[in-house]
Amino acid sequence: MKKKNRTGSYIFLGLIMIFLYAPIVYTIVFSFNEGKSLTKFSGFSLKWYGKMFANNTMMEALFYTIACALLATAISTLVGTVTAIGLSKSKKVLKNVVEQVNQLPIMNPEIVTAIGLLMLFSAAHIEKGFFTMVLAHIMFCIPYVILSVMPKLRTLNPNLAEAAMDLGATPVQALTKVIVPQCMPGIISGALIAFTMSFDDFVISYFVTGNGVSNISILVYTESRRVNPSINALSTLIVVIITVSLILVNVIPALAARKNRKTAGVAE
Amino acid sequence: MKQFRKMVYPYLIWSTVMIAVPMLLILLYAFTVGGNSVSKFMFSFANFKRFLTDKTFLVVLYRSLRIAVETTVVCVLLGYPTAYIIAKFTEKVKMRWVLLITLPTWINMLVRTYAWTGILQDDGVINSILSFFGAGPITFMYTDFAVILGMVYNFLPFMVIQIYTSLTKMDYSLIEAACDLGANPRKCFTKVTLPLSMPGVISGITLVFLPSVSSFCIPRMLGGGSYVMVGTIIESQFLTAGDWNFGSAISLIMAIIIMISMYITKKVDKGEKLEGAQV
Repeated sequence: MKKKNRTGSYIFLGLIMIFLYAPIVYTIVFSFNEGKSLTKFSGFSLKWYGKMFANNTMMEALFYTIACALLATAISTLVGTVTAIGLSKSKKVLKNVVEQVNQLPIMNPEIVTAIGLLMLFSAAHIEKGFFTMVLAHIMFCIPYVILSVMPKLRTLNPNLAEAAMDLGATPVQALTKVIVPQCMPGIISGALIAFTMSFDDFVISYFVTGNGVSNISILVYTESRRVNPSINALSTLIVVIITVSLILVNVIPALAARKNRKTAGVAE
Repeated sequence: MKQFRKMVYPYLIWSTVMIAVPMLLILLYAFTVGGNSVSKFMFSFANFKRFLTDKTFLVVLYRSLRIAVETTVVCVLLGYPTAYIIAKFTEKVKMRWVLLITLPTWINMLVRTYAWTGILQDDGVINSILSFFGAGPITFMYTDFAVILGMVYNFLPFMVIQIYTSLTKMDYSLIEAACDLGANPRKCFTKVTLPLSMPGVISGITLVFLPSVSSFCIPRMLGGGSYVMVGTIIESQFLTAGDWNFGSAISLIMAIIIMISMYITKKVDKGEKLEGAQV
């Protein structure tokens, strides 16, 4: 009876997997379609990839997406880490206030955050475009960075930084040589979350950009109204980029760990 | 260590300007009329009155809530067994399945939703398979079904991961104890496993319900241009109609409804716990 249960479980999991992966596979298959149809496969061809690379709007959107994600990740990781370290030494009241404020963009529906920012930029007379998009992305990334750095800081021994300063380190040195290296895993995971949040963002970007600046999500959204197989090619490209970077992120630390173990073994 | 405290100040200023002020602006616009410029405001409840007295808006609100509830229910029904099966595997196999479940969420949501437009077309894959078996073509696109499918597809992994986490955190000796004391597997599940995994189900519901109510790209892409939900009304108020006051009022109403439903969900969870304790 137990065996029968197992088969049932596997069939169920299999169906869920088909549900989750079929659309992705479908996109990849139809990006190689000869014809323009999104439903009939008429032969293998790379022409939609050619069209995609020749399409200026698409290449621009890809550039803006990556540039915005890199900028937002760098700035929000820096500010988020600095703030988290400051908060860990602050009074409880201030900590609570900042934590509550940070909950707003996390808990609010994205569209509410988006219209708030839209009205802010318009009230401040900042023209909508790449700059406003980066500002908005930094805004919603920082809370996630703080959330992933804080737990690491809590486990840290506060005496270590003090010891470093007693032994003559300046506060900046204590920060960069003692505190930051110890919470590096939290900083890295915060940066990763920030990057993917920014790379995938649609709702907020859609409301705060303008003047012809768009990212991949906005492009897919506006192009989805007509039949354009180049979108499939672009989607496949994104799937490849994300998969490769996920593999890199997972493999590089493992390789580094192995190398470390090896060198450690040699040293012994 | 006081010198490090100063490091919070830049973010205090930043979060005031970028997080608090926008929220205040929404409040300000919602309770005023008189155009999109900040200079000529007049306090009024007109926006709320318009929303609550116009039947078309209430119908839209009802539809959004219904779609979100249905999406959440389907996610629980599919997500719970998935999480339960995965939680029973050995440690290594578990991690692999969790990775498989979360992997699609890393890929752009718009890209994945766009793929469904091809699959669900009248001459798409599903209808080709149906016609192979002699079943007539069914119109999927631009229906409630397509919208709910798109939402379940996008938000199911959140539900699975939340339930999975609470199932793996559970103390398995409790189940063993129940079995030793003579409970049959079904009783074990309904009296021990299910109540203990409730926190995961609740946070999963939160994570699915919230984006479903406010979503506007999924209804636009799979429901078509005339498929109106609260999110799409807000979008059109801001980007095409240009009535920011009314748009702000609608988002405020939506935010309040979401807050109330979160509160109720939490209360129900607590109530169940108390009941369980009494038994």
